[in-house]
Amino acid sequence: MPKKPPRARPSPPNDPAGLRARPITFQLWEKLMSSEWPLWEVFIRGQHGLNHRHVGSLHAPDAEMAIRNARDVYTRRSEGVSIWVVKSNDVTASSPSDKGPLFDPSNSKVYRHPTFFDIPEEVGHM
Amino acid sequence: MGAAVETVDRTAFVEWLERVGDSALILGHRVSEWCGHSPVLEEDIALANQALDLIGQCSLWLEYAAEVEGKGQTADHLAYRRDASAFRNPLLLERPNGDFGHTLMRQFLFDAFHIKLLRALKDSADVRVAEIAAKAEKEVAYHLERSADLVVRLGDGTATSHARMAAALKALWPYTGELFADDAVDRAMAEAGIAPLPSSLRAAWEATVKLVLAEATLAMPGEVWQHGVGRTGGGKQGVHSEHLGYILAEMQFLQRAYPDATW
Amino acid sequence: MYAQLVKSEGAKSREEMLPEEIAFQDRIDRGEKIEPKEWMPEGYRKTLIRQIGQHAHSEIVGQLPEANWITRAPTLERKAILLAKVQDEAGHGLYLYSAAETLGVSRDEVIHLLHTGKMKYSSIFNYPTLNWADIGAVGWLVDGAAIMNQVPLQRTSYGPYSRAMIRICKEESFHQRQGYDIMMKMAAGTPEQKAMAQDALNRFWYPSLMMFGPSDKDSVHSAQSMAWKIKINTNDELRQKFVDQTVPQAKYLGLSVPDENLAWNEDKGGYDFSEPDWSEFFEVIAGNGPCNEERLGARVKAWEDGAWFREGLMAHAEKAAARAPVAAE
Repeated sequence: MPKKPPRARPSPPNDPAGLRARPITFQLWEKLMSSEWPLWEVFIRGQHGLNHRHVGSLHAPDAEMAIRNARDVYTRRSEGVSIWVVKSNDVTASSPSDKGPLFDPSNSKVYRHPTFFDIPEEVGHM
Repeated sequence: MGAAVETVDRTAFVEWLERVGDSALILGHRVSEWCGHSPVLEEDIALANQALDLIGQCSLWLEYAAEVEGKGQTADHLAYRRDASAFRNPLLLERPNGDFGHTLMRQFLFDAFHIKLLRALKDSADVRVAEIAAKAEKEVAYHLERSADLVVRLGDGTATSHARMAAALKALWPYTGELFADDAVDRAMAEAGIAPLPSSLRAAWEATVKLVLAEATLAMPGEVWQHGVGRTGGGKQGVHSEHLGYILAEMQFLQRAYPDATW
Repeated sequence: MYAQLVKSEGAKSREEMLPEEIAFQDRIDRGEKIEPKEWMPEGYRKTLIRQIGQHAHSEIVGQLPEANWITRAPTLERKAILLAKVQDEAGHGLYLYSAAETLGVSRDEVIHLLHTGKMKYSSIFNYPTLNWADIGAVGWLVDGAAIMNQVPLQRTSYGPYSRAMIRICKEESFHQRQGYDIMMKMAAGTPEQKAMAQDALNRFWYPSLMMFGPSDKDSVHSAQSMAWKIKINTNDELRQKFVDQTVPQAKYLGLSVPDENLAWNEDKGGYDFSEPDWSEFFEVIAGNGPCNEERLGARVKAWEDGAWFREGLMAHAEKAAARAPVAAE
């Protein structure tokens, strides 16, 4: 079952860093959070035809600006030729607690790997 | 060296190259003042890219100016050892940054002109000018995309952002006329096929500005008094505002205080 | 370092640990990376937020002393290099804030904690940059000290932090070199330039040594952080390494390190050197450094002056989304 996206906004009166003397007020929280730009995940395809790769995240008010910000933030050293952005909240991730059932079964399918098969040397490269 | 340089009046050509180069230098300087002080990290990074583009362009233009001048100077000499009256940037670009709205509006009004200029320069009779313009054009196309979009978004954002953008437009509009004022240098460049007459770029500039301002829900300013186009001239002729002196005092400090040093 | 005096809980012995804490520690000991949604002790999460947040704050406050010279850089090329470097610091701040955000805290909130003085940044950025050689010294000494810490942190146990450090180290490789390059020019320049270079070294030497934080011989915080692999080396190890690396570099420049007790110690295979004045360090951390007010003031001003900009863009995006035809579900 897909679970919630990884980075939901924290709910108001928490104190994630354990740093506040007392919890901030709801009003202040609202003021603080109301204009925060959403978080986006950035994927970039490099020069050599490889797949888009996750490179990091950034904040932007919408997708168009997220693309532009990604260009400015993540391609300063000519890293890419194509950019994808996805709102972080729209990412559905597998749950870490499912790691066993999801990924362990493939460990036993050793015949999927070419080294499983012994081919005599006389046959040559295969 | 480019093809046209042998036939054209060198003094005029140098002066024209300084106009383009100084524009990039002074605007780049102003934009770089934001580094570390922008409203949000992403914007800080984007503005630094823009300043880097402009400083790079300035180096290319001034290097060529120094070559054409033929007195053994470099781009650094021109940037760091000329006094204000020898600078040739239009007044618009030395306007103080003001709030972020002023900075963006100044950028937009200039970008919209700059892109038209560079596109025309790609067909310059002078090969070197055409080459520099072709490189700069790609950078400036992105500057314009950004500044136009931000003007639209902030004009059509909150009441506060709208008011700030309207105030910036009103304050900066009187400095746009100078961009399109032709003088003897411009005419010499146009005759040599090196550069278009600035006035010939006006209609296309106005069309862009009109479109963007409409989308930004900002009213296109009417006819108002324009600085720098009268008989005494403006920044393009070396008649600057007080602001340029302070920019140069800061920028040139080390080269002036330690003239024998290399850095 | 960029994260000095990060508070964390004392290290627990295995007997004191809950079963899930033991399993967690075993994963770290095996060299596995911990990823955002996975179970982690609350102390691990909080310590990381403090450490990554402080590291991020240091990057963006650290822009200021160098940005101080962008408009005065002596050549067009130096100007471009410095601007690119200071821009990188902003990028590094951004990467690190992103890493902190994977721990369930928003960037604006962490920034708010900086602005209200509840989170700190590295003490080094409260010192002024007074002459052009200071820009060289910052790259050479301050980035040099930072790299000492950041290179091992690429192996830290928390996945997003480790990945941010890898990217940062890759980008930072030119920073220290550009600093040393400035120092070489200055030290080999006119007598005035050489004097500036020596002056810069004199002022930045001890603050650079302070970057590693006080001796952690008896710090319980360090022990827990090291068990969790969010701190890899002790402060003293890194400081010694830094001194051993830097002294020959100063010699090459023909500059003298401002420490009369500095001497090669054959037995330990490293230099003996004077401790910085730790009372000064604690004063600077407490807000009494030469530039604390200016630095934090500049950050708060940028944030407050920019509020209308951030809000305006958000409002536009919301309006535009409301106007757009609803996308197919």
